[in-house]
Amino acid sequence: MGLMDLTAAELGKKIRAGEVSAVEAAEEALARAEVKEGQIHAYISLNPDYALKRAKQVQKQIADGTLSGPLAGVPVAVKDNICTRGIPTTCASRMLEGFVPPYSARAVENLEKAGAVIIGKTNMDEFAMGSTTETSAFGVTRNPWNLEHVPGGSSGGSCAAVAAREVSFALASDTGGSIRQPSAFCGVTGLKPTYGTVSRYGLVAYGSSLDQIGPVAKDVTDCAAVLEAIASWDPADSTSVKRDSYDFTGALKDDAKGLRIGIPRDYFGAGLNPEVKEAVLRVAWVLEEKGAAAEEFDLSLVQYAIPAYYVIACAEASSNLARFDGVKYGYRAAEYAGLHSMYKKTRSEGFGPEVKRRIMLGSFVLSSGYYDAYYRKALQARTLIRQAFDSAFARFDVILAPAAPSAAPRLGESLDDPVRMYLGDIYTISANLAGLPAITVPCGMDSAGLPIGAQLIGDCFEEKKILRAAYAFEQAAEYAGRSPAAGKPAGEKTAAAPEAGKGGAQG
Amino acid sequence: MGKTISDEMIEHVSILAQLELSDEEKEQAKADMGRMLDYIDQLNELDTAGVEPMAHVFPVENVFREDVAAGAGACREEILANAPKSRDGAFQVPKTVDIG
Repeated sequence: MGLMDLTAAELGKKIRAGEVSAVEAAEEALARAEVKEGQIHAYISLNPDYALKRAKQVQKQIADGTLSGPLAGVPVAVKDNICTRGIPTTCASRMLEGFVPPYSARAVENLEKAGAVIIGKTNMDEFAMGSTTETSAFGVTRNPWNLEHVPGGSSGGSCAAVAAREVSFALASDTGGSIRQPSAFCGVTGLKPTYGTVSRYGLVAYGSSLDQIGPVAKDVTDCAAVLEAIASWDPADSTSVKRDSYDFTGALKDDAKGLRIGIPRDYFGAGLNPEVKEAVLRVAWVLEEKGAAAEEFDLSLVQYAIPAYYVIACAEASSNLARFDGVKYGYRAAEYAGLHSMYKKTRSEGFGPEVKRRIMLGSFVLSSGYYDAYYRKALQARTLIRQAFDSAFARFDVILAPAAPSAAPRLGESLDDPVRMYLGDIYTISANLAGLPAITVPCGMDSAGLPIGAQLIGDCFEEKKILRAAYAFEQAAEYAGRSPAAGKPAGEKTAAAPEAGKGGAQG
Repeated sequence: MGKTISDEMIEHVSILAQLELSDEEKEQAKADMGRMLDYIDQLNELDTAGVEPMAHVFPVENVFREDVAAGAGACREEILANAPKSRDGAFQVPKTVDIG
């Protein structure tokens, strides 16, 4: 078993014990990328020089006792819409090709303070707009479980890198499910925190009232540990929230006693693949065996989440992406006649089709004469959706939901019909509209050998409840360690590895 | 049949969006926007009379601070290194004001 098969917590322990050095860990991540990237293409850029230099510094600090946390020396991949000082950050767009941020995102600063070593920047849908990572201007990422399938999106690169054991864990962002859906498709664990828990400073904005940075990892323990490292109140993000407690790992107890699990009937009806339905509902049975009480209920308003979400997300995107004008950074058209022509040509050549589609829709719903009918209406729908969740959380601690209607679709199947693609986000977008924390955990495989993920949604600031439920489920999950080839538990404590059992190259 | 989006509407929106669309892109945008708006019209089924719009999950207010440079840490060279064009320590853009 290679170092990248270990969870971040396990690897961090070995590094602190002196069994492995931070440099060896970084070298191993780079070597794994060397082997896998030809197939997977999880990264937009790899930064071996930076990684090895950082690893040496970190190793020194571990040796002299300055660094002693769980992530010290552990390799991390960062989604390419999160700014890293001195390392190109492209948002998978021609618009930001070659852009080198003069500062790091707060979450990245926090991670580096904890001693994590950035290996590279991961692929994504352009400006995080998409559900498959196919709208990237730099090529598609393939699902490590089956190369003919998408990894999901928009954080497909981060999730594929973790699933393919190219790295210990990753940072990603979630505006409408961009952490949770690809985590489900890639069989990894991903957490979207309560809005405002992780500073958005340095995250290239898509929908500012929806965006959150969160971890993608091999298990629930790692998600909690990474969240502890990256969460902070930040004066540089005036929407970040000062939380009473930043202890998340304290929730990791193998016990679901007293947890009230709500199962919204509206999430398990038509449109949900039967295999996904069965695997997700099994999570409730497992938790009941551990002392939880599960009950079905009607959440209501579910069908309005997608239209409300796309109005709000596109409106915010059209405003946020107005900054890309070819003046201060990024792409500038080669030929233009005057300033306005430069703006227009730059934007028309620099943005891909999905980004333009959303900017157009957003500009329309905010325009004079349509603002009330569309934008204001969507904000009112958002209030009602939030109220529906408030009622639900008066009765339940955790809501159990699918992360997507099916396992990962095949490459090339999704982009033709935008409305159909947007429908795939039905189970994830409400958490963004209402600001709720939610985690995806692997909960089974479909008959085609693709992973299925279950989503556990909590009330605002109740990460500990969903982490506890997710952890308790994970401890009982018999599929953990299963590989698609072997089809049976490999008996390892670590989560399922795509190519284990296929005899794939393990460094 | 979907909502009809006129040529004038696409023209107007592309001005707001600062995008110059090819004829083909305009046709595509008309079709896409029509379908999306049809779908979004579902929201009209909701009675929202008297419902406060929620632009933000938590109450937000203006955050004031003294007007002094803080944080950044980036130097002018580092910032200008990203400029598509720069000259004499400034961003360079096409001439916009003619002072005669």
